[in-house]
Amino acid sequence: MSDVVERTLSVLPGLLGQHDPGAGPGGGGPGRASATSRLGSLIRSITALTSKHEEEKLIQQELTSLKAAVSAPTTTLRLMKECMVRLIYCEMLGYESSFGYIHAIKLAQQGNLLEKRVGYLAVSLFLHENHDLLLLLVNTVVKDLQSTNLVEVCMALTIVSQIFPREMIPAVLPLIEDKLQHSKEIIRRKAVQALYKFYLIAPNQVQHIHDKFRKALCDRDAGVMAASLHIYLQMIKENSSGYKDLTGSFVTILKQVVGGKLPIDFNYHSVPAPWLQIQLLRILRLLGKDDLRTSELMYDVLDESLRRAEINHNITYAILSECVQTIYTIYPNSELLEKAAKCIGKFVLSPKINLKYLGLKALTYVIQQDPNLALQHQMTIIECLDHPDPIVKRETLELLYRITNGQNVIVIVQKMLDYLKESKEEYAIINLVGKIAELWFIQTMNAVFSVGGDLVHTDIPNNFLRLLAEGFDDGKEDGKLRMYAVKSYLALLEEDDALYPQKFLQVMSWVLGEYSSLVTDVDPEVILTKLHSLLKKTFVTSETKVWIMAAVTKIASRTSCSKAVDEIIQEFSNSLDTCMRQYAFELKNLSEDKVLMKNLLPFDASCSDMVVDASLSFLDGFVAEGLGRGAAPYKPHHQRQEEKLSQEKALNFEPYRLSFASSVSSSGITGRQSPTGLSFGSDTSVNSAETGHKETSTLKLEGVQKLWGKEGYLPKKESKEGKEKEPQTVSCGTLSAGHVVDPPALRSDQVASISEEEKEKQQLASTLFIGLGSNAGVSLMGKAETATQKFKRKSKINEIQHFGPLLDTGPINVEDSEGSLHTRLRKASLSSSDIVEDNLAFEMPQSLRKPGLDERLSDNRLSQSSLFADSNIEIFQPSPSAHCESASKTPFVPSLPEELEELTHSEVVELCQSDALALYLCKVWTDDSLLLTLFVSNKTIAVLNAVNLVFEEAEHFQILESPCYQFPAIEAESVERCQKCVWMDKICTQGVLSGSVNYQSEVETRLNFSIALSLMDFIRPMEMTTEDFGKLWLSLSNDVKQNIKMSSSQDSLPAALNTLQQKLKLHIVDVIGNEGILACQLLPSVPCLLHCRTHSGMLALWFRSPCSALPDGLLYQCQKVMEES
Amino acid sequence: MINAILVFNNHGKPRLVRFYQRLAEEVQQQIIRETFHLVLKRDDHICNFLECGSLFGGSDYKLIYRHYATLYFVFCVDSSESELGILDLIQVFVETLDKCFENVCELDLIFHMDKVHHILQEMVIGGMVLETNMNEIVAQVEAQSKLEKAEGGLSAAPSRAVSAVKNINLPEIPRNINIGDINIKVPNLSQFM
Repeated sequence: MSDVVERTLSVLPGLLGQHDPGAGPGGGGPGRASATSRLGSLIRSITALTSKHEEEKLIQQELTSLKAAVSAPTTTLRLMKECMVRLIYCEMLGYESSFGYIHAIKLAQQGNLLEKRVGYLAVSLFLHENHDLLLLLVNTVVKDLQSTNLVEVCMALTIVSQIFPREMIPAVLPLIEDKLQHSKEIIRRKAVQALYKFYLIAPNQVQHIHDKFRKALCDRDAGVMAASLHIYLQMIKENSSGYKDLTGSFVTILKQVVGGKLPIDFNYHSVPAPWLQIQLLRILRLLGKDDLRTSELMYDVLDESLRRAEINHNITYAILSECVQTIYTIYPNSELLEKAAKCIGKFVLSPKINLKYLGLKALTYVIQQDPNLALQHQMTIIECLDHPDPIVKRETLELLYRITNGQNVIVIVQKMLDYLKESKEEYAIINLVGKIAELWFIQTMNAVFSVGGDLVHTDIPNNFLRLLAEGFDDGKEDGKLRMYAVKSYLALLEEDDALYPQKFLQVMSWVLGEYSSLVTDVDPEVILTKLHSLLKKTFVTSETKVWIMAAVTKIASRTSCSKAVDEIIQEFSNSLDTCMRQYAFELKNLSEDKVLMKNLLPFDASCSDMVVDASLSFLDGFVAEGLGRGAAPYKPHHQRQEEKLSQEKALNFEPYRLSFASSVSSSGITGRQSPTGLSFGSDTSVNSAETGHKETSTLKLEGVQKLWGKEGYLPKKESKEGKEKEPQTVSCGTLSAGHVVDPPALRSDQVASISEEEKEKQQLASTLFIGLGSNAGVSLMGKAETATQKFKRKSKINEIQHFGPLLDTGPINVEDSEGSLHTRLRKASLSSSDIVEDNLAFEMPQSLRKPGLDERLSDNRLSQSSLFADSNIEIFQPSPSAHCESASKTPFVPSLPEELEELTHSEVVELCQSDALALYLCKVWTDDSLLLTLFVSNKTIAVLNAVNLVFEEAEHFQILESPCYQFPAIEAESVERCQKCVWMDKICTQGVLSGSVNYQSEVETRLNFSIALSLMDFIRPMEMTTEDFGKLWLSLSNDVKQNIKMSSSQDSLPAALNTLQQKLKLHIVDVIGNEGILACQLLPSVPCLLHCRTHSGMLALWFRSPCSALPDGLLYQCQKVMEES
Repeated sequence: MINAILVFNNHGKPRLVRFYQRLAEEVQQQIIRETFHLVLKRDDHICNFLECGSLFGGSDYKLIYRHYATLYFVFCVDSSESELGILDLIQVFVETLDKCFENVCELDLIFHMDKVHHILQEMVIGGMVLETNMNEIVAQVEAQSKLEKAEGGLSAAPSRAVSAVKNINLPEIPRNINIGDINIKVPNLSQFM
């Protein structure tokens, strides 16, 4: 608390200046006129005004009078309240009224309930988290939290959950924690909300109350439970693996909500607690992502949600749409997928635009997994393309963008271009142009450049040019493409009055300069003349002119003599633009020496690297000569500037930098026989904006992705292969006849019955959706099809084995063009007779373990017996931890080699296993790192070849040396070992390092594993003397202080220190009286110092470290061990 | 999370502005202006969702709005909110206002700005939806207005002011408030389906 006072005092002087009573000119003065009527008249006069200017004048007047009013000592609190409302109004209109902030805080502090409420409101509207004044509010909040008046407590909690200074959280945290036990539901709810806020702004400070969150989740009032879901959603978003054990609870809650077990007032339009359902579905989505076991828990409830949400109301659609998204995100279940697909159909076909829009969005999301769904709805999609709502249209294009392939690209791009021409919104244009650019090529690019204009991102022309320059494997094709580009640009330049965007002109001139000589039937003179005329145009910016000039230079190098070149040289040698003049000079000198020019500008060498002598060593002789003649030695620019500054002649050098550089190089040209390389080098520094064009003939394109291939966008290429089949028969049983589209082959006999317009649309559809389905004549939504689709995405054989029964739902299509994978699937399902065993083994331990839940869980159960007591909801229990099947079939546990056995190490635990191989882990805590020792045991009777171990890149951890390890061969029934040293890169209390092992037995198999690492794995004691400690202590700046209660078992300092030493590996440096100092380090060498002091049953901890996050993390660990002991 | 709740009338005059994300004053005003222009362009019969581009700095922000008589209610949310859920939340908000003010109109929002904020505070705190039960919100607000009555005196004045403006056909009544449809009609729900 003394902190609060201290900070308050430090802020005060700054505030005193802010409300100087004399500041406002006479103006209104603190008139006694009723404030309310003044608000009324203010509003009336504002709305009567016609211009922004008048409004500004009026508000300024109002603010002046308000300023006088609030700072007058005679102003009552009641009047102050009215002033606040007026201030809020002015702020809403965008007028700054900072003079009133301090008074808002005062009002919250001193007023009665009503005035306090307005005061708090004003504070929450005016101030932001880091505002200095907010510190002044802390005391008021603390006082109100302790008040016996519920309304005051409510107000305090409301303000805390809206805005609160981060560093003051410890001051109110215990008070708010108390409120979690309050008898009133509304108070508990707001307290949870406040804790959520704290979690957002300072997660480390609320780490120790995670179990309180759990209590809130189990609160007997559903409102409090709903509030706690915000926290859980956030926490699960950050680390979903840490909360898998709660899946069962969330599922149970959702089941009860869906089943209508909540009190009737939670219903909204007779839908039970829809927002709560939405929230829960989102949580489940995060938990079940890519996790079969967790997902299995929720299949039932999802199915029920889908079933229950049948009333035709907006909000049920909201639930449905969440449900569908969840189903498509979690580990796939074919039955649910089928239902979800139907549901999407309902959305897409709905006449309500909102639903249609969401349906399209869902389709866009789903289509990557299941392109067949688009085929079903192709007619609707076509209709949406002409929808009057541009938002729907844009979403449709987004959808088309996702299904683009080699065969439909032309039509889709055409559609996009049509939209582009209509659209006026800058955002839409930028967005769409990006997509088109990825999709199609020169002809389209021309249209893109001329329509998209200068809004086109610079990467796009760069990518385009890179593609042209680097070419493909086939030289002939390259030549053709380049010739085509040159010809199309020449044709475009033919039109004299055409206005092209700058970027487009730049692209044109680069291509003409580089490749125009490929076109033999056009006289270079003609091109030069064209470029010359472009140079004369006024709309061409100087940047573009430089591009054109470079093109001229390149072309000139390939012609013997040209009138146009001479003209250009003459014209620009005395141009006002220094860059242009520079280029003209260069061109002139170069054209006098054709051989040099040819060497300098070789044809088609834009991709070959050029070595630039950056030290300019070839000039050494020249420099020495100059120095010999008494010239001053060269001083770098900044040095000269410093000298000037020190002489108090602070001139602005900025504008001169440009001409300085060019004058150096032009002096190089005027006579002294400097190699032209120099002048080229320096001119690039002049022109740094022109990135794509350095060293005249080298295109600088490192770091630009290679996006283009000759058929278009490169990544698309792979997906195209194998799909380029004949158009398929499409049978869509679920759709009405009007929406069925027949393939071209079968269409002829039905054409007559279909109207012209319909036919057109169908044609469009068949061009758009061509190449989407994977095989002919198969029911698109067949179970087997969807199942295999999903497995294609996963292709983890071991999981499929557990999933065995699913494969029986339909025959596997071996004739499929992508058959190899499917046959593999089949093998997996047919070959191994031990699937059954496997499944059994997988079931067994779970049922065995159930009764013996671990202690913490049974703890929870006790508190849950009170759950929903008022509202006859069944008691729910958290399910047993999801990962309990491990270590069930362990033939033997490998042991550490002797040299490691002596070091402190963990137990050997199993990470994952399949029937061929098992992976074990042992953590060894060496002095300088965490050594992960991984054992791979071969369970088969054959040699396993090429076993690869790969760690994924983790945010928080760093694996020394390489993250991969390869075992060339593992003998039958033997164990191999590998070791990896790990450091913690970014501090976190808990983190996960994941990776995979893959091996080749009958088929290539991959096993995923993850290793949980905690901060404590990386903390080592740090030995030092008391003096060293003192020195280091003073040099460190990040400190964190916290008082924690000591339990009765360790209420003496030595006992507490012992606990810390043993459990946290801290080194006790010294103990003096009731104070102790400890030190530790985070590997490799980040120290953290701790100072402890006991007083009246409390242990005051004070951490210091050069790293700001480390003390927070350690504090959390300390709290944990002290609570445990 | 909800990033901002904006209410403005058909002329773009802000009537309720609440940002849940720290933004500079100029940026806030710009957002209000641009949002208004985006929304104004749109027909009443096309969808209630809009992508707002880079208005808030990121690309995944959406505007979800409803248009009632003279007022636009716009919620700016990020991708973690359900569109349809928010759409109904707006409906709940407006219906709650209607219950609290008995036939709410634009003037109520102006003259009882603080009360409107308090109602909103019961529903949404710090960008998170706290309460969606209309009766509960109304009960909370009424408990607080009881306090108001107990205090009496000045706090009754604003309502008097409103009724004065509502009843008397004053010539100086603000020009851009159309008395004709001053009442916010709470639309039949099915209309938005």
